[in-house]
Amino acid sequence: MIQYEKFQLENGLKVIVHKDKATPLACINILYNVGARDEDPEQTGFAHLFEHLMFGGSVNIPNYDEPLQMVGGENNAFTTNDITNYYLTLPVSNLETGFWLESDRMLSLAFSEKSLEVQRNVVIEEFKQRYLNQPYGDVWLLLRPMAYKVHSYKWDTIGKEISHIENAKIDDVKNFFKKFYCPNNAIMVVAGNVETSEVKRLAEKWFGPIPKGPDNKRNLQPEPEQTEARSLTVERDVPVDAIYKAYHMCSRYDKEYYAVDLISDILSRGNSSRMHNSLIKEKMLFSDISAYVLGDFDKGLFVISGKLTQGVTMEQADQAIDEELKRMITEPVAADELTKVKNKMEASHVFGEVDILNKATNLAVSELLGDAGMVNQEVEKYLAVTDKQIMEQASIIFRKENCSTLYYKSKK
Amino acid sequence: MEIIDRKKIPAFNTIDKIEMIHASERRLRNNVPVYAINAGTQDIIKIEFLFSAGMYQQKMPLQATTVNSMLEEGTSTMNAAQIADAVDFYGAFLEVGVEQDNASVILYTLNKHLRSTLPVIEQVIKDAVFPQQELDIHLQNKKQKFLVNNQKVATIARKRFSELVFGEKHPYGIDVKDKDFEIINRSHLVDFYRSHYRSSNCKIILAGKVTEDVYTAIDDLFGGNDWNGDQLAKVGSAPMQTTTDKQQLVFKEDALQSAIRIGKPMFNKTHDDYHPVQVLNTVFGGYFGSRLMSNIREDKGYTYGIGSGLVSLKHGGYFFISTEVGVDVCSKALDEIYIEMERLRETEVGAEELELVRNYMLGTFMRNADGPFALADRFKGILEYGLGYDYFDRYIATVKSISASQLRDLANKYFDKDSMIELVVGKK
Repeated sequence: MIQYEKFQLENGLKVIVHKDKATPLACINILYNVGARDEDPEQTGFAHLFEHLMFGGSVNIPNYDEPLQMVGGENNAFTTNDITNYYLTLPVSNLETGFWLESDRMLSLAFSEKSLEVQRNVVIEEFKQRYLNQPYGDVWLLLRPMAYKVHSYKWDTIGKEISHIENAKIDDVKNFFKKFYCPNNAIMVVAGNVETSEVKRLAEKWFGPIPKGPDNKRNLQPEPEQTEARSLTVERDVPVDAIYKAYHMCSRYDKEYYAVDLISDILSRGNSSRMHNSLIKEKMLFSDISAYVLGDFDKGLFVISGKLTQGVTMEQADQAIDEELKRMITEPVAADELTKVKNKMEASHVFGEVDILNKATNLAVSELLGDAGMVNQEVEKYLAVTDKQIMEQASIIFRKENCSTLYYKSKK
Repeated sequence: MEIIDRKKIPAFNTIDKIEMIHASERRLRNNVPVYAINAGTQDIIKIEFLFSAGMYQQKMPLQATTVNSMLEEGTSTMNAAQIADAVDFYGAFLEVGVEQDNASVILYTLNKHLRSTLPVIEQVIKDAVFPQQELDIHLQNKKQKFLVNNQKVATIARKRFSELVFGEKHPYGIDVKDKDFEIINRSHLVDFYRSHYRSSNCKIILAGKVTEDVYTAIDDLFGGNDWNGDQLAKVGSAPMQTTTDKQQLVFKEDALQSAIRIGKPMFNKTHDDYHPVQVLNTVFGGYFGSRLMSNIREDKGYTYGIGSGLVSLKHGGYFFISTEVGVDVCSKALDEIYIEMERLRETEVGAEELELVRNYMLGTFMRNADGPFALADRFKGILEYGLGYDYFDRYIATVKSISASQLRDLANKYFDKDSMIELVVGKK
């Protein structure tokens, strides 16, 4: 159980406080409700590039990292298709430094040309390092546009192409900031050995004066239902054939999400899972296979990805996966098997509560999804899933016409 | 409303003292030592069985890692699927791993399920049988992963660099080759298992909610004389042979980025200069604000990341700089790395930068000593070297007191360009 208190400033900033007396550290997690899905199709990769620029100095503080390091702190951030999340940890006695830093960059960035120029290059190198110069690195650049034709999930957080990053201008940066980086578009979680009254005082002091920004009504075009199977075959200089199958599924907000997440666990979580035993061990068709949900906030994807054993054809691989999925639709999950994945889920939650930063991020995401209190209801929701719900979701999701398949072949 | 000065950093404290919960020591009936960090608020426990069964101890490539990962692939009474089911059913996690100097088997479990999960680990540790069929599958799949990883410039660089530092015959330097997957067989595994996974070669580290019941459960299952195993034959390891050819290129025609590794053999944690060089390394490439990051990423934008580190091993150590850079800027990046090295030899680190590094290192230390699992990892880091908790006191004292001129002297002693091995994988 994660205890917390919640309040909101007049400018709309939501603040959540979680007290954990066991640690000498505190953390501040600030989630901005903006992700790659909010980008202009001609300027993809911008949310992520922007995350880099948030470290390039703010209006009153020329360097973000130095003062934080000076007080023994450390920070990082990540961007997904849905959100951009910034977090720092520091000794609790220096908590105010975190408020000072985070409030200044919410107030305004320095918008330096030099920082933009450098971070453009850094992100381009990141593009190369993680997507282009890695075996199978471009999978998501291929899979997303196949699965999504309309919704902005059709591009990856890194962007559609390098040129979009190369062309980013300082005015674009400013507009993006004005639109999304305002208190009413953010959720702040402070965790550690802290008192809510003190957090309230600091929040009023540092974040209170920041003006409210525009109301952003997100109005993304929904992805129309997929009506026929899609596939793409590519050849690359990789040693092993691989297959990727992406099925449309519900969103993170939907009550069905929990059953779908458990389906992925039944199929591939751990060495006792079905695909591990059947496809890797018994049939020896794959050297590696996994099934997972992306956890997208809009209607998302259920993905199966596997590397084929030498000599196995794509058809065999495809068919073997289909058989496993068909079993999910036609046979009820055995009681023991369902209990097993639920137990695992429950234990993971307990282990996840060891780390304050992890707790803080979960609180922020839950608040964005509707209510911070959801962090404490997650386990119950998983425990309530029935074998019937699992079959029902499996039959909705695992249809050929709902699937995009990428055949990633080794150029031999 | 309070008038606030946004230009000025609010008053802050420097870290004065770091409280660390120390590990307590007990022995099982058979004298296996059990070290415990009793901390945290959840009813969870991590039990790590640590064996001196790492790369250093193996007689051939793949032996240590294959034995370790095959432990859970079958015992005389349970097959791989049954083992996995038994662990997963209780929401527990079984983790195995091999490093240079040791191998481990770790159980993460809720305390309430310990009596159900620990017996499975007992079988895995004491009664692994290495079924041939499972071994064939394992090796085939491992080889595929190996082939995939060998396409990554960073992986090639990391492996090749160890070879250059320690020599191709030294246990820290030996790199796995294609053919090794054909050579290793079941009897190699059984030999290594019998002589290494046994009570007198084992230490146990507990972290989390350590109750008397936990000790009793462990002693019941692991305190007996039924897992003495085979005596370990002493083997001399090949001597270290650092390359004399200090500039090396592994050419990759289609590379978009080149992986760079620069470094040299160094000492381990037991050396007097270890802590001082840790401070020097932090200034140079050990954190986000380091000289290398500030220059090569944040000023030039040549890379997504660059860093350096000092690696301590039981029988040696090394220093390394690591990055991946666009092939078009590879030689410029190399120049800048050496410029930064030279700058530390010539000019003293400024007072403000040094204070920042001190505070940052103390903050990092605090983060790394937070929570039961982190505390156990810290302890493990001294246990293997026979060091005590005063090691950390000395670390903190060094971080707080080392002077700019001492750092410059150290740079002159150790950061000599001519002593460095330079490896590029890709193009330059």
